Amino acid sequence: MQAFYMLLVFMVAAGIVAVEIKDLLAAVISLGAVGFGVAIMFIMLQAPDLAFVQIVIEILAVVFFVAVILKTTHEDETLGRGYTKDDIIPILGFSLFALMFLYLGIKAMISLPSFGNPLMKVASYYIENGLKEVGAGNLVAAVILDYRGYDTLGEATVLFTSVIGVLAILRKEGRKK
Amino acid sequence: MRGMTTIVKTITRIVIGFIFVYGCYIVLFGHLSPGGGFAGGAIIATSFILSRLAFGTTEKQEKNTTVVSSIFESIGGIGFLSVALLGMLFGFYYFQNIISKGIPLRLASAGHILPANIAIGIKVGAALLSIFLGLASTKYIMRD
Amino acid sequence: MVVVLGSLLLVLVGIYAILTKKNVMKIVIGFALMEYAINLLFAMVGFKKGAVAPIITSIPPKHNFVDPLPQALVLTAIVIGLGTTAVMLAFALRIYDKTKTFDIDKLRRLKG
Repeated sequence: MQAFYMLLVFMVAAGIVAVEIKDLLAAVISLGAVGFGVAIMFIMLQAPDLAFVQIVIEILAVVFFVAVILKTTHEDETLGRGYTKDDIIPILGFSLFALMFLYLGIKAMISLPSFGNPLMKVASYYIENGLKEVGAGNLVAAVILDYRGYDTLGEATVLFTSVIGVLAILRKEGRKK
Repeated sequence: MRGMTTIVKTITRIVIGFIFVYGCYIVLFGHLSPGGGFAGGAIIATSFILSRLAFGTTEKQEKNTTVVSSIFESIGGIGFLSVALLGMLFGFYYFQNIISKGIPLRLASAGHILPANIAIGIKVGAALLSIFLGLASTKYIMRD
Repeated sequence: MVVVLGSLLLVLVGIYAILTKKNVMKIVIGFALMEYAINLLFAMVGFKKGAVAPIITSIPPKHNFVDPLPQALVLTAIVIGLGTTAVMLAFALRIYDKTKTFDIDKLRRLKG
């Protein structure tokens, strides 16, 4: 369990660095560090499928960020201006929201089964009959493609829509009639 | 997009084939070991993005690549939908697994999971390549 | 339980970036951070101490597996997070192209 705590402290510190630093390229590299920490936590939580997908997609996200940064500015010029009276309201609102979120979150997490002993009512059926009914060795692939196939269809649609969205936003000006 | 130095070009020529074959391996064995369509498709997209970044592109190449990759994405999407509708064709309900399951834990087993993984791998790979070309091309791509 | 609290803290760092920062790229970084943290929170729900990954390698299988259901849900959510981030980055590129700045204070005062 020690490894979980150390990784979480590292991830929270890297997250704070990513948000507060002035140079935009350094912020994106810190975001990459958080993503790698999440992938290592997936391996320690015995989920190799998720670790594969998380590493590759987080690397692609960093590449997209750097591609946009290299076409625009390299550093954040809004820091270091001092606090005006316009800045009080967001910070106050955020503190109130954070207190309420933590209080309700802790109450919810206490009422769930404790960490390390899940309920597994539906999953025990999948584990017992997965090999017989589907014939696949990988139980996660059997769940996403046979027992819960609709979710995969929805995800394919969302990816398609995001490609159309990106290509529609970055379009040259049309012909003027 | 400009290319990179000679060292990067030489290493890229050697490495691209291995990355592509590794991605295909993860897609094909998705029902026996961790991986599946999404991870394998993203790795295939990474090999194409690497070739674009290392060797540079002209504007005409970018436009052609966008057209071809959108055709591949549509092929992947139609393939996945037809695998899903196969069950309906034969009288069962939607997404019923009707292709025969062979000997378990061999390559040609597990019903319709193998064609579905291949279709998803093609779709995700083409989608990520299109997004990268849209964000990083010299001028914005689509002319109206 | 402290492990779950740690990932809630990561969600709060992301929300802090969205609410209080004045640069468009920092807001997009906050969104991506929040998505990583929530996927991690989901995957922690299905962990079972002393169990192995849900891959069957021998017949008959040994029945001590981690819960495969949250893993299936998070697999989809990771790819959708990338799609959302890509659309936000396209917006940010367009904003810089038209107004030459990422500062949202200056964007509020432009007209036309």
